[in-house]
Amino acid sequence: MTAMNTQKADEKVQGKVAAMRTAARSPQDGPGSQGTRSRLLALIVPVGLVVLLACLPLLNISIPGVLPGATYTPGTLHMLALAMVMAGVALSYHLLFGVAGLLSFGHALYFGLGAYGLGIVMEKLELGLVPAALVVIVAGLVMSTILGAVSLQVTGIPFAMVTLAFAQAGFVLVRKNPGGLTGGEEGMRLPTDYVPDWLVGVADTRNLYWVALAALVLAFVIVTWVQRSRAGHVAEAVRENELRVQVLGMRPFLVKLAIFVSASVIAAGMGMVHLLLNSGAVPHTMSAEFTISLLLMVVLGGVGSRWGAVAGAFVYVILSQRLAVLAQSSAIDDLPAVLAIPLSEPMFILGTIFILVVMFLPGGLAALGLRVRALFSRRARAELDEGTRTPGELVQEDGQQP
Amino acid sequence: MSEVILLAVTGAGLGAIYFLVASGLSLIYGLMGVLNFAHGVFLSLGAFLGLEVAQRLGASSWTGFAVSLLVGALAGAAFAALTERVLVQKLYNRHIEQVLVTVGLGLAAVALFDGIWGTDPRFPRGPAWLDETSTIGGANIPNIVFVAIIAAAAVLAAIVLFLKHTRYGMIIRAGVENRSMVTALGIDVRNAFTLVFTIGGAAAGIGGVLASHHFGYVSPMLGQTLLIFAFIVTVIGGLGSLIGAAVASVLVALLQQFANFYLWGTGDFAVVVLLALVLLTRPSGLMGRKA
Repeated sequence: MTAMNTQKADEKVQGKVAAMRTAARSPQDGPGSQGTRSRLLALIVPVGLVVLLACLPLLNISIPGVLPGATYTPGTLHMLALAMVMAGVALSYHLLFGVAGLLSFGHALYFGLGAYGLGIVMEKLELGLVPAALVVIVAGLVMSTILGAVSLQVTGIPFAMVTLAFAQAGFVLVRKNPGGLTGGEEGMRLPTDYVPDWLVGVADTRNLYWVALAALVLAFVIVTWVQRSRAGHVAEAVRENELRVQVLGMRPFLVKLAIFVSASVIAAGMGMVHLLLNSGAVPHTMSAEFTISLLLMVVLGGVGSRWGAVAGAFVYVILSQRLAVLAQSSAIDDLPAVLAIPLSEPMFILGTIFILVVMFLPGGLAALGLRVRALFSRRARAELDEGTRTPGELVQEDGQQP
Repeated sequence: MSEVILLAVTGAGLGAIYFLVASGLSLIYGLMGVLNFAHGVFLSLGAFLGLEVAQRLGASSWTGFAVSLLVGALAGAAFAALTERVLVQKLYNRHIEQVLVTVGLGLAAVALFDGIWGTDPRFPRGPAWLDETSTIGGANIPNIVFVAIIAAAAVLAAIVLFLKHTRYGMIIRAGVENRSMVTALGIDVRNAFTLVFTIGGAAAGIGGVLASHHFGYVSPMLGQTLLIFAFIVTVIGGLGSLIGAAVASVLVALLQQFANFYLWGTGDFAVVVLLALVLLTRPSGLMGRKA
């Protein structure tokens, strides 16, 4: 009886949400040539981008200042692949923070689990790459379900703290090097015996690049799918008003758990690619700073936007790598100390940019993109008029007075 | 027996340092609903400037030590007040953005300290007496532990007296209880916000100088490392409760010390487990208000 009621209520909300979504789209998006055209465009742009990225290792393009060398060189490919891996994790963080409004400070735990887990399973169970990856995915599923069920007992800032504490436990564990498994501070080397030859070595960076690209596309598809699924819609509804969803007879807890688990599993998957790409794992991948860097990417790109998360990750990785190189250059060294010291610290510049974005550009890069598009397209202007989301609107407050 | 005394007293010393960080965090959260991720930076700045001043004045003299404590407190207070006025206050009542801004400040400031003082740890020297030990019940306890405990107790007493017996203290207490009502009564709580940040920063700055002597080093990451434990202490004690923070600091530090010694170095885990248990049984912390 209750189950039926729940289902009915589900359908009702579903219908309402769908109606709201249609209403939210501007009228120009309706049937007709323009709607088809924009939908076609929405498909062509991402596919074209992926094809272009896939062809990069075969091309000889140089962008001085942004890329360390021509696009076919291992150095550039490694940096781009790293950016793609980070974009994948940032997408999973977007699922948590942007969709479900869960501000987690422990997302690095699952990324680290993927990286360390894959190496350990391959080495100790003597499994090949694919079976080992499956084992790690299952482990990530189980662990995130248990820890998610515990952390989701609380919301808001206490949730952030519990997730931080769990991740900190993992960080301490990998640094302690239990049973010689994780290599302590030094980190763990990739057990190359169990990895196919075409994924090892500097000359094969382009293969790793394609693997990272495939992983990013897969992550994007999964995140889009989860976000558009019923769970995703209900999660958004819970974010807006948990009580109302509860009153409608749904279980916000299960929905949030589903989102938490899927985000964690995606992060574990990207962690595995990171292990292959860097031929090893270091404790940093499990640290609070790593999660904070994910938060930085998502906010930089624009909270609530998938493309924003990807763009934020690319900007973050490229800036942090290129600024470090810039810091070595004589142009910076010759400046007086007052300027040279701050400018030679990439994290100082990134942190400052982050503060400025939070204070003056709440919608991040996505809002900036929208504003530029608004100059040319009416639809973008309509979207802009609806107002962009600020990060604070997304997270439930926890009993603080309004 | 002497083992137990040693662990208990050093645990209390560690708890004192946790409290100096957590007290400010807890007050700030209680009044403003902001979790301050830049709090560790106040501590590091206090520690570094205290170290510089002590070196100028003669590190092994008592004057140098006293002045370094004072400078640490002032540096922490000034940095915190500036943070509140320039960054946090601009985002009035937008709690998540306020948290994000402090996260960014934490990153930027640690990087800046890296640039100024280098990533390698520096080793402060203090009056010779601090490095000696006193014997209590057969246990040799470093004297810095007693200094830390006394300083933390003094800070606790000062904050409690301030909150109980001054007009601003009353506004802060009322604001923690119900901020909308205080605003409705026509009192500008924004000055109170700056004030709690300043107090918290000063406590963290003192904590920084003491922590640098207690752990024997200063590095740009020192503050952010301690901050994670201070967060845990604050949550266990109950967000917004000063006494809760004091009790939880000692509890957490003792648990950490004893688990490290008797349970094969699992202190950090024990703390995380305690946090999970407290949150599952009493989500508002030991002494927090019911949400």
